[in-house]
Amino acid sequence: MKENLYKYILGVADNSLILGQRMGELCGHGPSLETDIACTNISLDLFGQVRSYYQYAAKIAGDGRTEDDIAMLRKEHEYVNVLLVEQPNTDFAYIMARQFLFDVYHLLFLQELEKSKDLTLSAIAKKSIKEVSYHQRFSSDWIKRLGDGTDESHKKMQDAIDDLWTYTDELFHKTEADKAMVKEGIGVDVTNLKDNYYQIIISVLEEATLSIPELKYFQKGGKQGIHTEHLGYLLSDLQYMQRTYPNMEW
Amino acid sequence: MIEHADIDTELLPILDQVSDPEIPVLTILDMGVVRYAKIVDDEVMIKLTPTYSGCPAMDVITDDVEAAFEKAGYKVNIDLVLTPAWTTDWISEEGRDALEKYGIAPPLEADADKDALLGNKKIVKCTNCGSQNTKLVSQFGSTACKALFQCEDCQEPFDYFKCLK
Repeated sequence: MKENLYKYILGVADNSLILGQRMGELCGHGPSLETDIACTNISLDLFGQVRSYYQYAAKIAGDGRTEDDIAMLRKEHEYVNVLLVEQPNTDFAYIMARQFLFDVYHLLFLQELEKSKDLTLSAIAKKSIKEVSYHQRFSSDWIKRLGDGTDESHKKMQDAIDDLWTYTDELFHKTEADKAMVKEGIGVDVTNLKDNYYQIIISVLEEATLSIPELKYFQKGGKQGIHTEHLGYLLSDLQYMQRTYPNMEW
Repeated sequence: MIEHADIDTELLPILDQVSDPEIPVLTILDMGVVRYAKIVDDEVMIKLTPTYSGCPAMDVITDDVEAAFEKAGYKVNIDLVLTPAWTTDWISEEGRDALEKYGIAPPLEADADKDALLGNKKIVKCTNCGSQNTKLVSQFGSTACKALFQCEDCQEPFDYFKCLK
């Protein structure tokens, strides 16, 4: 088994799985019908992409585990998503801020992954870019609408950005699997995305009349399986069916 | 004749029987999701591509294609492929007409689409009255591939098939 490639794929896929689950939680709970549908559509796109990644991971693992086993039956510390995507749904400003801070990274990341020497990863990236462009357009719009909206919406969006900012730096940390895959021309060197990322983020925040947080200390750990308390609750929801009725299929 | 895909002519009538479960007026050939269909050693080899990664219609389409070929007496082998990624350019002319008659505005050119979705230009035509005085209600509609519009003249809400290049 190609251990590093397997780990690398999980590192990419877990972000989308966990964010997809967060957005899926809004099904029937969105602030309006249109935003409810939009959030669940984004969730559906992410789950679709995740299936492709986990199918590939299952093939590489080659130990009889399926995409469902990988997605549903790992323990909390075996998930390697960034802390940003597991943060809970509070108000809509927070949900859109989290989405936006991930979307900008996600699109930059996929544009590089498209150049991967690994043809499967490159194909998934190519497909996903088209979908994620719509996500970023949607979340950027809401940053501007709420940031440059009423006093109340501006305050909520500013609070959300200030709170989530601490999770952004982790996106650009390289894991051991990252380093190995970058060397082989398969993985993306995420440190190279950083400048571009903050440049895009800052230009949207400025347009939204929001101020840029000044922060020196950032949270990290998700990529090593050390999570905030929120992930456990999310997983108990996500894994409920598979744990209660083992091996059930759709 | 379909230019973008590699399909044996004799298989076209069978493929033409399978429609998109979410947009029943479109066959899968109109949608452009059939990338390859050939008879190899007594077996029909088929390659399908999803419109969107998470498109829930894909499993149904795969089952329907399998059923259609088995009914016609063929053994069939279906593969899902991701490259080249599906684009709305592969929707046939007949497909675009069928979409419009069904009440879904067909996709515009990529640049035009961006303007339309951002509300910079009014170019999506109302499927009810034909007016171009329409507005975007939401970038995401009833399925992953659609956006929600409303006509400001006749007030009709309608779906617009998002452009994907």
